[in-house]
Amino acid sequence: MSTTVLTAILDRHQRRGERLMTILREAQEALGWLSPETLSVVADAIGWPRVKVESTAGFYSFFHTRPMGQYRVLFSDNFTDRMLGSQALMQALCKQLWLEPGRVSEDGLVSVDATSCTGMCDQGPAALVNYRAITRLTQARIEQMGELIRNHAPLESWPEEWFQVKSQVYRRDRLLDHGLVSGDALKAAIARGQDALLEELKLSNLRGRGGAGFPAGQKWESCRSTPSEERVVVCNADEGEPGTFKDRILLTDHPDLVFEGMTIAAYTIKARRGFVYLRGEYRYLLETLEAVLARRREAGLLGNNILGQGFDFDIEIVHGAGAYICGERSALVESLEGKPGRPRLRTWSLSVKGYQGFPTDVNNVETLANACLVAVHGGDWYREVGTAKSSGTKLVSVSGDCARPGVYEYPYGVSVGQILADCGAEDTLAVQVSGASGTTLAQDEFERVISFEDVPCGGALMVFNRHRDMLEMARHYSHFFAHESCGFCTPCRVGTAVNAKLMDKLAAGHGSPYDINELFKMHRLLQSASHCGLGSTATNVIHDTLTKFYPAYQQRMQSLDYEPSFNLDRALSQARQMTGRDDSGAHLSNTETP
Amino acid sequence: MSQDTFQLDGEEIPFTPGQTIMQAAKAAGKYIPHLCWHPDFSGHGSCKLCVVKSRGHVENACVAPARKDMVVENRSPELDDMRRTLLQLLFVEGNHFCPSCEKSGNCVLQATAYELGMLTPHFDHFYPNRPVDASHHEVLLDFNRCIMCELCVRASREVDGKNVFALSGRGIASHLIVNSESGRLRDTDFSATDRAAEVCPVGVILKKRVGFAKPIGERDYDQQPISAPRQEGR
Repeated sequence: MSTTVLTAILDRHQRRGERLMTILREAQEALGWLSPETLSVVADAIGWPRVKVESTAGFYSFFHTRPMGQYRVLFSDNFTDRMLGSQALMQALCKQLWLEPGRVSEDGLVSVDATSCTGMCDQGPAALVNYRAITRLTQARIEQMGELIRNHAPLESWPEEWFQVKSQVYRRDRLLDHGLVSGDALKAAIARGQDALLEELKLSNLRGRGGAGFPAGQKWESCRSTPSEERVVVCNADEGEPGTFKDRILLTDHPDLVFEGMTIAAYTIKARRGFVYLRGEYRYLLETLEAVLARRREAGLLGNNILGQGFDFDIEIVHGAGAYICGERSALVESLEGKPGRPRLRTWSLSVKGYQGFPTDVNNVETLANACLVAVHGGDWYREVGTAKSSGTKLVSVSGDCARPGVYEYPYGVSVGQILADCGAEDTLAVQVSGASGTTLAQDEFERVISFEDVPCGGALMVFNRHRDMLEMARHYSHFFAHESCGFCTPCRVGTAVNAKLMDKLAAGHGSPYDINELFKMHRLLQSASHCGLGSTATNVIHDTLTKFYPAYQQRMQSLDYEPSFNLDRALSQARQMTGRDDSGAHLSNTETP
Repeated sequence: MSQDTFQLDGEEIPFTPGQTIMQAAKAAGKYIPHLCWHPDFSGHGSCKLCVVKSRGHVENACVAPARKDMVVENRSPELDDMRRTLLQLLFVEGNHFCPSCEKSGNCVLQATAYELGMLTPHFDHFYPNRPVDASHHEVLLDFNRCIMCELCVRASREVDGKNVFALSGRGIASHLIVNSESGRLRDTDFSATDRAAEVCPVGVILKKRVGFAKPIGERDYDQQPISAPRQEGR
């Protein structure tokens, strides 16, 4: 049976290696896991060395090279999920199912584990069950879930409302109120012509919304001016930065705008192929998005001879598989080619040598949607709002301690304080802008503004009130980076793991100023020596909390002198338990007794 | 015709267009610390030992092209300090027991640590569990010492045309895998005469039965520090 299923999948993808991400996902969805035999069959079919296929399968969190149970429950583990009680819920489910987190049950039925932020922070605690998003978990839902699993109830029979993902938008501006119907922007673009459109785009000063802020016009132009037979447009929908979910809103409520932005980019740079790299956590969106693509093809907005203008372009959706690093554009392109998502050397710009060596334009979802506004209204109109160096509006995903978590659209230049007031945040201690890799702002910085000149924002704004522990927050994200480091370069691969250990030591009360110095040293090393942006920003949150919330660290330190994280007496606790002894002879002298 | 030059720690280094800083330095007999770089292969840029500074920016000498009149800082206390930390990270990441390792004296990691005056591992050890693979009749794989430089991966792919090795996993769980369904080297087409069998800078890929043909104390880096100019190899 399994070989027929696999053959059908391989045939559907013409046994092409660059489709490996999709082939592996579909094989796993059909067969439950990726067995050594499955990997051999796949490798054989696509004509790749087996070791390359295994390398890819082993890189991504959502691919399993060992069985993980008929039900795989993954609790979203952003700090905001934890603030909403996700850890207690996970423990409750494990207890109910007699499970240890990360282990498969004896009968092979179920495994429960944590996963990086699933982008549902405004409706958490969230989880993925067999990679389907579930929101608003409660104790009652968990109990019911345990029952459903024990009764082997198929996922389709689970309560529908569990899978409901709401679009909670509290402020709309020019983008979300675009008022366009599909085709409007593309027709406007074609009416302007390629050169004029590019000029308008440059005039608009539309900058990349993913965080880096590279001018889109410049990217398009450099792609267009590189001689090549083929060019590629990629939409980066790998919204993995913890606390970010604004692209989910665009993809859910305005998918036409995103696809149209891609088509406009393709028209301008003369590309024939397009990809949406959609994060694996948004698997539930796939069928709807495919339907929109089909509708656009029928309407002559995609495919051959678009709008009778003689240009061809089509879009393919490729899923990520649980790797934050794939938000980095060169890692994303590697992943699109079926490889592990390791960022490339910066020898070549992607607009010169990208996907399969072709000039490739990689834009964020929000950037592409904004390109439609420029096509329709022009660059001058676009620049009317925002600040001198940041034109237009920004979608901000607000989560954490506030009354109205959701998406807010603001013109650039809005102050953090304004956002806090609008979302109903009270007693705010700190704000984390741009997710785990971003900036931690303290109270005296709330008048700072969201813009490329001041506080750049990739889309996340997490609010922490005065009851939250900033050391715990930083510790949480230090583990996030250790988990998500791709492992290519030494400083990030080992350094992020060392940082996580140091943060654990501090949180456990065994830290001293020595360890603080170590963290600063690691910050300097990772910032300057890392291969890519993941490593160079991985210590921001540690650095910011150390410099702005030092008391949170200080109160955990018991000693001003160095203390080893290894405690001899504690190491004997297992031996004491085994021998049933707890007398003074079973303890080392000069150390604390429990 | 006068050749283009750049400055490396105050010395003029000639280069030909297209050469990296590392290649030009090597040709001029100057040592820039490195682990994942090898003169026979293109720059990889993963170990980060070859960090150099030019105009205040940190660059990787093994991939950064040499440019006319650039001023490159190499063996400064600041950069060597960074390199020492990177070495310490590598030493605690794997299981490195130099006194009992048959690569001792020929090991690039060990020799580089001597060169940079690394005295302790400094960080807590990770003690990963990495079972050895002794299945192949000619060669032993001791993964405990792997530093993820991917030289064997590149040699097997580019020179041997075999693709015996690859890295899999992610982050600190990254590990070397071999090209067989069983995961054993025996079941691959690897041979002791492959280039990949020669290229490991540490003691992962070891030929059986010849480990101590040359006694410790008389080996390459026992004789001369790794920074000494050499005709062949690194």
